[in-house]
Amino acid sequence: MRVGLVCPYSLDVPGGVQNHVKDLAEALLGLGHEVSVLAPSEHESGLPSYVVPAGGAVPVPFNGSVARLAFGPVAATRVRRWLKEGRFDVLHLHEPAAPSVSLLALWACDCPVVATFHSSNARSRAMSASKSILRPSLEKITARIAVSEYARSTLVQHMGGEPVIIPNGVYVDRFATAAVRDDWRGEGPTLAFVGRIDEPRKGLPLLLQAFPRIAERFPGTRLLVVGGGDEEAARRRVPGSLAQDVVFLGRVSDEEKASALRTADLYVAPNTGGESFGIVLIEAMAAGTPVLASDIPAFRRVLGEGEYGATFRNEDVDDLARAAISVLGDGEDRDARREAARVAVARYDWSSVAGRIVQVYETVVDTDRAGVR
Amino acid sequence: MIDWTWVLGIAGLLLVVLLVGTWLSWTAQRLNRLHHRLEMARGSLDTQLLRRSGAAVELATSGALDPARSLLLVDTAHAARSVEDGDVEAVESDLSQALRAVFPDAEEVRELRASPETGPLVAELAGACRKVELARRFHNDVVTSTRALRSRRRVRWLHLEGRAAEPVTVDLDDAPPPALLED
Repeated sequence: MRVGLVCPYSLDVPGGVQNHVKDLAEALLGLGHEVSVLAPSEHESGLPSYVVPAGGAVPVPFNGSVARLAFGPVAATRVRRWLKEGRFDVLHLHEPAAPSVSLLALWACDCPVVATFHSSNARSRAMSASKSILRPSLEKITARIAVSEYARSTLVQHMGGEPVIIPNGVYVDRFATAAVRDDWRGEGPTLAFVGRIDEPRKGLPLLLQAFPRIAERFPGTRLLVVGGGDEEAARRRVPGSLAQDVVFLGRVSDEEKASALRTADLYVAPNTGGESFGIVLIEAMAAGTPVLASDIPAFRRVLGEGEYGATFRNEDVDDLARAAISVLGDGEDRDARREAARVAVARYDWSSVAGRIVQVYETVVDTDRAGVR
Repeated sequence: MIDWTWVLGIAGLLLVVLLVGTWLSWTAQRLNRLHHRLEMARGSLDTQLLRRSGAAVELATSGALDPARSLLLVDTAHAARSVEDGDVEAVESDLSQALRAVFPDAEEVRELRASPETGPLVAELAGACRKVELARRFHNDVVTSTRALRSRRRVRWLHLEGRAAEPVTVDLDDAPPPALLED
């Protein structure tokens, strides 16, 4: 099958949707399909061979944060040319309600369209305020996929219908076999945090507040902080005596992130909300690392209501410290959850997820043939 | 001496008529496209339903299942395949129910999958069950969009929908046997 994937966000910056599109493209290539990805990018070279750059992206405020999007005549021309040269059997758009190349491709195409909705913002202004602008385009979508229960309910709330849920994928092996970095370990247990350090919703301040109590119970505990942002400001939240035990790794490569997760004895996700899915939880589970997460609905669901990992009360520092100490102290309980998690992540492996996405493609391509007959 | 007020007035009126006309014809095009998509989605659902009952008959007659289950499958699958404009939803729901009753055991399904004779048949049936689920949702999605557009005032007043019948959703029990989904 000839598949055209469109990513609305710039590939020059890392992000959940971007990674999803690249991983999916590689999984589809592995299954023997022809794949081309259209995405905004400043660079013409240095991209994977299956990527066609749609031109530079501009940072614009959209849907509550700053996104790097591509639009305008240059992008529109490139989208049309890509569609014409690609002659795709199926076009798979990601986040088509974002004002970028996905929407432009939807406007210009005349082949079956599959769309994946990632965002779970209940008050997605893009979708509600501009319904009348978007509706005629969104009508062209043949099949709609939501990546989580929350993305699905956002979609149903704004547009009705019955989207299919197919979760985000993870290459389980990459995490299960990542290198363990002994140089990142300390005297005691190692904790890991992943996410932008100056974005309050990711919850690093909560973890830094709880850290001294955990370190008091388990001397020599080390915290690996993976993610970009203002390190100085974060450092000031750590008491001087523990400063050497909080290691800021900054923005790292995918391999190093996998290594950090695998090296850790406990992955902590103190996110306070706004999460639709929690892919990092799945990645930690794939790495065989116990998970402790806030009890926001998306995380509870991924953790099988506590079967695959422990939770603490959201935004509650005392409960976070208590839960971390309890998980680090109780080896038996931890191993049982880790084993359950290892089995549970198989359904998020790209081999399984890509297979389900291909079934969607086959269904919509059949739709088109049925029309010709 | 030409009265420019008149000329401008008429020109303005023509422009408004032109814009409204374009807008209405664009709406009619959208509606037309939706009705076309609706036909294709219905065709796809029917294809997947036929594939599913076909795969069920094949597996039932392969000799891999005991006679009681084979008979139940052949009976419901045959009823689903021979229904004439009657109650498609009822007979297809019966087939879904029969499939769940026939494959309750994940362990047995794994064995059937592993065998070279029945493996491809089980895979075909499992794929068809999943695609019935997908095709029905995609069909109902188009129905929802079409009904939304048809309920607009401009469409109702001007009968832009023409002679196309009011679309209805297909409501049937298409839940596949959980044991079949382990792949």
